[in-house]
Amino acid sequence: MRRETLYAYLLLLPALVLLVAFTHWPAIETLIDSLYATPHGGRPAPFVGFDNYADLRDDPVFWQALRNNAIYAAATIPASIVLALLMALAVNGALPGRSMLRLAYFLPTMLPMIAVANIWLFFYTPDYGLFDRILGWFGGGRHNWLGDASTALPAMIVVAVWKEAGFFMIFYLAALQTMPTDLREAAALEGSSRWNYFRRVTLPLLMPTTLFVLVNAVINAFRVIDHIVVMTRGGPDNATTLLLYYIYETGFRFWDTAMAATLTIVLLAILAITAWLQFGVLGRRIHYR
Amino acid sequence: MMVMHHSRLGRTLETIGAWMLGILWLLPLLYAVWTAFHPAAYATRFDLFAPLTLTNLVTAWQAAPFSRYLVNTVMLVTLILAAQFVLCTLAAFAFARLSFPGRDLLFAVVLLQLMVLPDVLLVENYRTLVKLHLVDTIPGIALPYLGSAFGIFLLRQTFLTIPQPLDDAARLEGCGLLARLWRVYVPLAKPTYIAYGLVSVSYHWNNFLWPLIITNSVTTRPLTVGLSVFATTDQGIDWSIVTAATLMTSAPLLVAFLLFQRQFVQSFMRAGIR
Amino acid sequence: MLRRRTLLTTTAGLLSAPAILRAQTVQKLTFYYPVAVGGPLAAIMDGYCKTYQQETGIAVDAVYSGDYSATMMKAVTAIRGGAGPQFAVLLAAEMHSLQDQDILVSLDDIGLDTDARKWLDGFYPAFMANSHADGKTWSVPFQRSTAIFYYNKSTFQESGLDPDNFPTTWAELGGTAAKLVKRDASGKVTRWGIKMAGDLGNAQWTFGALANQVEQKLMNDAGNEVYFNQPKTIEAMAFWRSLADTHHATPEGVSDWAQLSPDFLQGNAAIIQHTTGNLTNLRDKAQFPFGVAGLAGKNSPHTVVGGGNIYFFRNVTPPEQQAALRFVRWISAPERAADWSIRTGYIATSPAAYETPVLQEYIAKFPAANVARTFLPVATGELSMHENQRVYKALTDNIQACLNGTKSPALAMADAQTETDRILRPYKRM
Repeated sequence: MRRETLYAYLLLLPALVLLVAFTHWPAIETLIDSLYATPHGGRPAPFVGFDNYADLRDDPVFWQALRNNAIYAAATIPASIVLALLMALAVNGALPGRSMLRLAYFLPTMLPMIAVANIWLFFYTPDYGLFDRILGWFGGGRHNWLGDASTALPAMIVVAVWKEAGFFMIFYLAALQTMPTDLREAAALEGSSRWNYFRRVTLPLLMPTTLFVLVNAVINAFRVIDHIVVMTRGGPDNATTLLLYYIYETGFRFWDTAMAATLTIVLLAILAITAWLQFGVLGRRIHYR
Repeated sequence: MMVMHHSRLGRTLETIGAWMLGILWLLPLLYAVWTAFHPAAYATRFDLFAPLTLTNLVTAWQAAPFSRYLVNTVMLVTLILAAQFVLCTLAAFAFARLSFPGRDLLFAVVLLQLMVLPDVLLVENYRTLVKLHLVDTIPGIALPYLGSAFGIFLLRQTFLTIPQPLDDAARLEGCGLLARLWRVYVPLAKPTYIAYGLVSVSYHWNNFLWPLIITNSVTTRPLTVGLSVFATTDQGIDWSIVTAATLMTSAPLLVAFLLFQRQFVQSFMRAGIR
Repeated sequence: MLRRRTLLTTTAGLLSAPAILRAQTVQKLTFYYPVAVGGPLAAIMDGYCKTYQQETGIAVDAVYSGDYSATMMKAVTAIRGGAGPQFAVLLAAEMHSLQDQDILVSLDDIGLDTDARKWLDGFYPAFMANSHADGKTWSVPFQRSTAIFYYNKSTFQESGLDPDNFPTTWAELGGTAAKLVKRDASGKVTRWGIKMAGDLGNAQWTFGALANQVEQKLMNDAGNEVYFNQPKTIEAMAFWRSLADTHHATPEGVSDWAQLSPDFLQGNAAIIQHTTGNLTNLRDKAQFPFGVAGLAGKNSPHTVVGGGNIYFFRNVTPPEQQAALRFVRWISAPERAADWSIRTGYIATSPAAYETPVLQEYIAKFPAANVARTFLPVATGELSMHENQRVYKALTDNIQACLNGTKSPALAMADAQTETDRILRPYKRM
């Protein structure tokens, strides 16, 4: 073996070993586990083939979790990206007090979700919670935001967008600040409108950032369930059960490890498909300088 | 100066809109500050002349060993960051500057972790740590995150942009592989390290689910888990105590961000994360 | 040279001595418990442990771990992780599930002498109901409660009701709660008559009481059969629903357990169904005169017991198990049980505790503390099944659907029965 190859593998070894041990290998183990039933007591687990997947197909809570996660992703991803872009544009311009604004937008990201979930619980408390009180001034009625199946998931979506938009704003801000000013001057000389400039120049140049932010947003839509754990515990009647929360509940509350493994494989498959879509389809439309 | 078409009214509306959004975004923090510093009776009454008090903070501090949780969190975050810096630097350098068979394939394998996160593989990773006898230890919390695909990806990108002549000059001076890495590449990648460090610290400071599952005792619990245990009681929620505890646990990161805002954004820019 | 060898052997001897000692005596115990954190209670528990250490030299580390479900998750996770506490305070109703996990050791297997058996007989029988299986005892009561009503006496007076005469039948309860509702000028409710918890982990407790109030058992003793779609069970569900849609005394939808206390203290709810373990907390915080009353019933009062028992775990050494048992006997002694009851409001676990002077004095000064105990004869056990958490979820999902108006009581109970039957199928062959 050439010395360079040897050195390369030595340099890679620690990181690769850890990566494989805690990402790739567990993923394979999960796949294998999903083909066995949950072991009870000291007895070994029996092989059941695709029975777990069949049980999953018949489980209405699973389909609800999928539906919920789809709605959740479809709402949080565009909302947080659009808001992040708007915030970045606002903070980038010559707005009065913009460093305060930047702080305000970014603050939610710095707070642990666990910490703020309890505050949001107060906001959503019926009757004397903040939102109900404010709505009460305008003559609104009582809302059981978290106890009503139709408003619980939107309530969680609001919390998620609030938490994430500021984080993505930083990426957009960095990108905006490194955009060449000569383009803007050229557009100004030609008398182009602000909207036109934004649509034709800024937006395409921001595509790499958008792709990066999109990847993060998609991952977060499936990964972050802290607020569910604290605020609704999947209820009411599974209205806020997301896939990872269902995995957590099945694996660590019901101790049904085989079903948890099966659910994990489904989640991994979803993540893999979205990754392929993003890098494969969208990646080709990116304009790189 | 921009010479473009936009009316004064439009500008004002935009400013107001941005500010309203800002206040909306600050609302939870403002409420936390209000409730933490006023007696329990004013947790839901917003009486402007309500008396201020520090008892909530004192009670919250005494009610759970937050100082221990803080120490645990700092240790955890430092351990993760230090290990990630070392491991990702070595791996990124290999991917960027060395050529060897299977390089592109291995890089693709590494990138898989961007989508397949350790967070999703809770059950299996838990079992691995059981076998390693590392359950309920701080290294146990850290282990799944040490090999960070994101870090390798970022650093590789940065290393690729470092001019080859610098590297050649170091080689001519007789520097070996690691010396070149240490003398040339690492210093020039400082903005990337800062940016990545900030992302990593804030991610792991706020991480909840995995530490919840892995830790059982006070000597290993990070702040997030400590706070969640603290806030769930048989007797119902006490807003004043919970918000006081929230402020205490968020304060270090908040203060750090307040002080280093500008560097944060600038390092993102220079790191070329866009 | 001789001196060095002597030195080496002496050192080796000294170093191995603690190991020998350690093998024979237990120095440290750990247990998890789900009591409220919030100043006093954690400190009190730590105080007990410190006293025990002074008396016996054994350090006991009491780790608070959140609510019952969080504590159970942590305890089981720790044990399956190879480490873990020697014992823990977990829901009395979890016995079947914990047995399925194969992590418990019965007290009989740890070793019970005649003294210990007398100690076991000293507990209230109602609290030992969830502790027996296969002819052995698997847990002992620690912080037990019954569900009771707390009511705001000043609201009773406001609405022209007699604050010392609390309703005892469903009909009376519905009427009283409806009268207690207060609306503002625009018709919006500012105070609800009654609130009961319907969230996961608490809905089954609320419902257990309601079912007992029509004298319907929800489960069998073996923990593998439920009776959700019996006519009387459906009646209980219908009554719960009627509090919202007929009497308009409680809000539509699900009320969260964690909200009930703040709501009560805020004056947002006039009556709440809650645990006796909340008594001292409310007493400290309430800014109005409040009363404690037993739950009502269709014809006469019935309630449900709840709370936590101490379970012992299998994967610890016998000396540790015995040390744990000794500690548990110490902490459940009448004086300490009385002390814990006074500080929290939970029912002291043995009649002997109520004979202690300190508890008798307390009750004389604060009669409300004795109310819960008087309802023990009409209390039934909490829902306790195999796959307990799964059954709780199946039942709660359907209760929530009914309270939200998406399912009728009959349909909700039928679905709960079907789902639970499916969950319990592997356990029917017992």
